[in-house]
Amino acid sequence: MSERQRATHRTAAELGAAIATGETTSAEVTRAYLDRIGAVDGAVHAFLHVAGDAAVAQAEEVDRRIAAGEKLGPLAGVPVAVKDILTTKGMPTTAASKILSGWLPPYDATVVLRLRDAGLVVLGKTNMDEFAMGSSTEYSAYGPTRNPWDLGRIPGGSGGGSAAAVAAREAPLAIGTDTGGSIRQPGAVTGTVGAKPTYGGVSRYGLIAFSSSLDQAGPVTRTVLDAALLHEVIGGHDPCDSTSIDAPVPAVAEAARRGASGDLTGVKVGVVREFAAAEGAEPGVVAAFDAAVATLTKLGAEVVEVSCPHFEYALPAYYLIAPSECSSNLARFDGVRYGLRSGDDGTRALEEVMSLTREAGFGPEVKRRIMLGTYALSAGYYDAYYGQAQKVRTLVTRDFTAAFEQVDVLAAPTTPFVAFPFGSRTADPTAMYLADLYTIPSNLYGGPAISVPCGLSEGLPVGLQIMAPTMADDRMYRVAAALESTQEPRLADQTPEVTA
Amino acid sequence: MSTASTATGELADVLSRYEVVLGLEVHVELGTRTKMFCSCPTVFGAEPNTQICPVCLGLPGALPVVNAVGVESAIRIGLALDCSIAEWCRFARKNYFYPDMPKNFQTSQYDEPICFDGALDVDVDGKTVRIGIERAHMEEDTGKSTHVGGATGRIHGATHSLVDFNRAGIPLVEIVTKPIVGTGADAPAVARAYVAAIRDIVRALGVSDARMDQGSVRADVNVSLMPIGASEFGTRTETKNVNSLRSVERTVRYEMVRQAQILDDGGVIVQETRHFNEATGETVGGRTKETATDYRYFPEPDLVPVAPDPAWVAELRAALPELPAAKRTRLRAEWGLSELDMQAIDNAGAFELIEATVAAGAGPESARKWWLGELSRHANEAGVELSELSVTPAHVAELQSLVDGGRLNDKLARGVLAGVLAGEGTPTEVMTARGVEVVSDTGALTTAVDEAIAANPDVAEKVRSGKVAAAGVLVGAVMKTTRGQADAKTVRELILGRLGVQ
Repeated sequence: MSERQRATHRTAAELGAAIATGETTSAEVTRAYLDRIGAVDGAVHAFLHVAGDAAVAQAEEVDRRIAAGEKLGPLAGVPVAVKDILTTKGMPTTAASKILSGWLPPYDATVVLRLRDAGLVVLGKTNMDEFAMGSSTEYSAYGPTRNPWDLGRIPGGSGGGSAAAVAAREAPLAIGTDTGGSIRQPGAVTGTVGAKPTYGGVSRYGLIAFSSSLDQAGPVTRTVLDAALLHEVIGGHDPCDSTSIDAPVPAVAEAARRGASGDLTGVKVGVVREFAAAEGAEPGVVAAFDAAVATLTKLGAEVVEVSCPHFEYALPAYYLIAPSECSSNLARFDGVRYGLRSGDDGTRALEEVMSLTREAGFGPEVKRRIMLGTYALSAGYYDAYYGQAQKVRTLVTRDFTAAFEQVDVLAAPTTPFVAFPFGSRTADPTAMYLADLYTIPSNLYGGPAISVPCGLSEGLPVGLQIMAPTMADDRMYRVAAALESTQEPRLADQTPEVTA
Repeated sequence: MSTASTATGELADVLSRYEVVLGLEVHVELGTRTKMFCSCPTVFGAEPNTQICPVCLGLPGALPVVNAVGVESAIRIGLALDCSIAEWCRFARKNYFYPDMPKNFQTSQYDEPICFDGALDVDVDGKTVRIGIERAHMEEDTGKSTHVGGATGRIHGATHSLVDFNRAGIPLVEIVTKPIVGTGADAPAVARAYVAAIRDIVRALGVSDARMDQGSVRADVNVSLMPIGASEFGTRTETKNVNSLRSVERTVRYEMVRQAQILDDGGVIVQETRHFNEATGETVGGRTKETATDYRYFPEPDLVPVAPDPAWVAELRAALPELPAAKRTRLRAEWGLSELDMQAIDNAGAFELIEATVAAGAGPESARKWWLGELSRHANEAGVELSELSVTPAHVAELQSLVDGGRLNDKLARGVLAGVLAGEGTPTEVMTARGVEVVSDTGALTTAVDEAIAANPDVAEKVRSGKVAAAGVLVGAVMKTTRGQADAKTVRELILGRLGVQ
């Protein structure tokens, strides 16, 4: 294996250490990943923009900082791919929508600033469902991303690009965002680790809002420790985000290292009864989940069944709250100030140009959700829809609070089914929405949750989801790392070679 | 409406059949150093689009952070209006499209305002009218559109529009009254007095420069009529962004007459927003509310609730400055004026000017005399408000001190004042430049007196023989030779002394 090939097979933690000791350089590692992108992204299409020379220049700058003795973090010099919903100064940011084609943000998202400050190198921007609305990347305006495990199948969504980039070794690390499962479900179906931190744990400043009260950025990686290290880089209070929590980031890397010892003695894991009873989960997914729970027991965890009676209402409540907020958040895309403008030939009135711009600029799922949300917030319907959904949200939160009085973490499958073939769920929106059945409750509650590979079903990855109380992100990393420690080799390292 | 008396007649006619109901929404632009949700500066009149950032431009991904001074100002306004202050409240999004509103929603407050349920007393011609305050809430201003190419400067007929986002995100407090009923013929004056009182209060609080001409205080005026004795309010119109006290008054009067004509003819009032045209004194229809946007308010998820600590609110309450109404009562007593005198001062818009003149050293009586006399005459002639004259309270105080010091007499002082108004400088500068100072050199005066006596021996003889009143002729002669620049009293004393009387 050449040095360059070796770089793309190492974990981010290993790369960071090798760069810090001078064994390799950030520029060398960055070039290795750019080569890899060049070789396989034609088949995978994980990236909407590859930073190329800009990434190499940034890597060389980091190498100079390291050579000058600057004290940078453990991931300094390691490349990272960023979901195209986070603003990057002077680098195209489209949220995979035609309506933002050509927009160059004048500012970096806080997450991106923190990556740069810690010496991470932005490789490029990853594909996604338009404005993060979808579970397959089939709603990207720029064409879908393909799952490295089977190029005929979806990589999950909305953050399919970030997950596929990591799975296909086009990036050692990626940033995703999770509104109803958009980090975790792609993680599950691509055999990668995806963590949604506590809401408010990572700044949303510069994250193009889909649903403000639910959106949360987080790490997508091949190992639990890498996820924890990346979480520590991007997490923590940001005065630019009013909903950001003013408290230290939980010690997640320490928890991941502790979990890697494989000892879960004293940890109480709750299995949600209602999820087990829910129909629609594939038998292979259920089998992998049951095996993972058995492994946790073997590692010393105490597993009990808990009841969360309102979880079954989480999905419908989510599909009122998220579209309602999105209908307001996306109102600014009207062609007046930036991005696409359609039909402005000098003869048309303002309203007409706005209308034509939105008709041309938004895809079908975005339009569907804007209409749903506009309706749910309308006078006369507000109480029955948005208001009622907020009450359900409170009840779901109470279920979590009650459950966490009995157990330390909750366990569930991440998603009911493995990666599905392209086109198999686009005809029926509700069939697509079911992909987020198990992930949505944590978004409504605001607590952290992680998906860690736990097995295969018919040769495709299955994810185990660990949910923890708000600001107890460390717990889920510990349990996930313990499960990961039982896999040799790790599932993420078993991704088949992509043939271009 | 050609004359005031015709207008009053029309109004009396309207009120013989209808009762008027008013509702006023006053927007106060706060004078915070930075905007409501970002740290951009708020300086008025800067080059377009120089005080902007991703937040106030509503760029994708940007998030708001509440300006704590804005919250404090809103609470202080609420306290001054005798409102309850919410212990917990939220911002809400008001969703509608407009090109100068960057996010296509306005961050405002809806059913959870920070201040609610207050009252304000205003005086109109000696009568006190209590105005109920429904709420005062925080929100952000929009950008400003300039419509180019049309005849009217309004969007209709324009070829293109320019948008300045410097104003986008400037903090506003919107103060909403409860329906104001029973004001009858005073309705226009009550509306004016209420807006003036709000303006004076926010200025006294120091939370706004309260410049109506710059739009930092502007009123939406709601007017409706209902048949006398009816229990249900009529359909209202809302005339937006009225930006002078005079226009507030004219808007109410115009709408009362207009609506009465429609109702008399069996028509119905369309619920709509209207625009007041300063030039014609008329309101013109705009957006019809029936077809207008459903604002789809919902709690702003990007901001956390505002929960002012009751102890802090108590501190703010204790630290409120003296409010205009209390100050008026106090100064009336200090100045020794009657209520009628004070009303004359109020009607002339001279209260603050007189207060400042007294503060600059003049006596209250002379300050009042100048502003309500000579200066009111000048203002009337020029068709402007007293405050718009190019003379300051400091000038008036200086002028009065020249009179008190014997350096100017009343007639000379009026001439000097005209010079100040003409921009010739301060009173002392005008006096010196025009060479009009009272002759106080007794040597020169004595010569003039002796000449006058010598020229009028028969008059002098009458005075010597005890007909003191005849001395007036000699005084007049001296004043003539000194071209009026002598103090008449001094001259008279000199003449009597010279002639050995007293």
